[in-house]
Amino acid sequence: MNTATALLPTRRDEDFRYADLGALERVWPVAVEEIAVPAGEVCERVIVPEGEAVARHLAITLAPGASLDLRVLNAGHAYGRIALDVRLERGARFTLGAAQVGGAGQVLELVTNVVHAGPDASSRQIIRSVLGGEAIGTYLGKVMVARGADGTDGEQSVRAMLLDRTATANARPELEIYADDVKCTHGCAVGELDANGLFYLQSRGLPPAEAKRLMLQAFLAKAFVGAGEEERLDEAALAALEALL
Amino acid sequence: MTMLQITDLKAEVAGKPILKGLSLTVHAGEIHAIMGPNGAGKSTTGYVLGGRPGYEVTGGSVSFGGEDLLALAPHERAAAGLFLGFQYPVEIPGVSNVQFLREALNAQRKARGEEPLSGGEFLKLAREKAALLRMDMDMLKRPVNVGFSGGEKKRAEMVQMGILDPKLAILDETDSGLDIDALRICGEGINAIMRKPDKAVLLITHYQRLLDYVKPDYVHVLAGGRIVRTGGPELAHQLEREGYEAVA
Repeated sequence: MNTATALLPTRRDEDFRYADLGALERVWPVAVEEIAVPAGEVCERVIVPEGEAVARHLAITLAPGASLDLRVLNAGHAYGRIALDVRLERGARFTLGAAQVGGAGQVLELVTNVVHAGPDASSRQIIRSVLGGEAIGTYLGKVMVARGADGTDGEQSVRAMLLDRTATANARPELEIYADDVKCTHGCAVGELDANGLFYLQSRGLPPAEAKRLMLQAFLAKAFVGAGEEERLDEAALAALEALL
Repeated sequence: MTMLQITDLKAEVAGKPILKGLSLTVHAGEIHAIMGPNGAGKSTTGYVLGGRPGYEVTGGSVSFGGEDLLALAPHERAAAGLFLGFQYPVEIPGVSNVQFLREALNAQRKARGEEPLSGGEFLKLAREKAALLRMDMDMLKRPVNVGFSGGEKKRAEMVQMGILDPKLAILDETDSGLDIDALRICGEGINAIMRKPDKAVLLITHYQRLLDYVKPDYVHVLAGGRIVRTGGPELAHQLEREGYEAVA
């Protein structure tokens, strides 16, 4: 597991391949925040970072049977980086729902490294990004299933919507499996808003920007379904979208 | 009162001419059926009137309630009172019918300078129209058309029409994909919502069967991008018996 070092990373470091190193330098070194969920306990966290340049690094350990529901809204800063190292012991459950919303020259990234150290644990990651202008949105997500971590259930669902041809989405879900009986799925798609859908909504009277907003709102909402603070997150995501459209 | 006046309309899709001089006048209180073989330009007519991107008007004019329809964006056409019923209603994942329709209705009302409906007022209206089409209110809480059968999608279109309360409905093959009962329910819905002195309907269809429920005042045969024959309801029966080739 990485810990903060005084040396600024370079692009040769895979986890920082798409980072805005100039912005990162201003907030470097990044202190690692530890979250340890004790055995059998259920925990919820919401991260909505604020500021011009933000970099967070969380090291999360889930003891046997522990459960963490983590929701992230990465939006509204010139540079926003969230790095998560997650370690799951036997029967632990980890849910990550994250939305990234950016325009202009914003650089947003989410880097996850999930280790299934014990058997029968589950991890579920749902990432939704909406990118316009020259924004760059990145998801680098590694799921490692250790030897003996049988019964692992891992899911990565990664989707990005590009509003302009000048925006960039990087998505790299990775699996590294050393156990036998595991179920790991990943899906990844980068696309544009469905033109048929937009026309359909407009034909019912919604102005183009409203039609877009409605479709994007629904797209992002997937990341927050079932969260304790679902409504607040949806509203914050909507505010970020409106700033973009 | 003339509601819709289409004059010598020409339109193309991807550079290919489809409408080649279509003219049609619809007055308030009238129901017109447009029938015709595949590729005649029936759906294109609906899309051009609705303002779908990719359907380029190359000549002619369309006046709707005295206004130049072709100068309006799709949402402005809706606010002016035009409703386009889709042959293939589009699925919008994550967006509930209720949310979508309330926002759409209030956007239309805003454009017309009317007060928005409150959540309660809207739900009352939606319930009433859903009941008319025998649609469960729970279905309207689900995402737009997602997981709906072909018949449910068409009924949902009619519920939308009831809620939005247009002046002119252009219904593109509303009868396709409907079983016998759903056909009757949709037909009755169209009558209940649209058969009024200040409204008009343009029914685009292949078959006579919907016209058994929604009796047209005029039947037009569209072929090769223009209307080649116009008659009363009996023309639809003649078409059904003798086929397009013999009649047109």
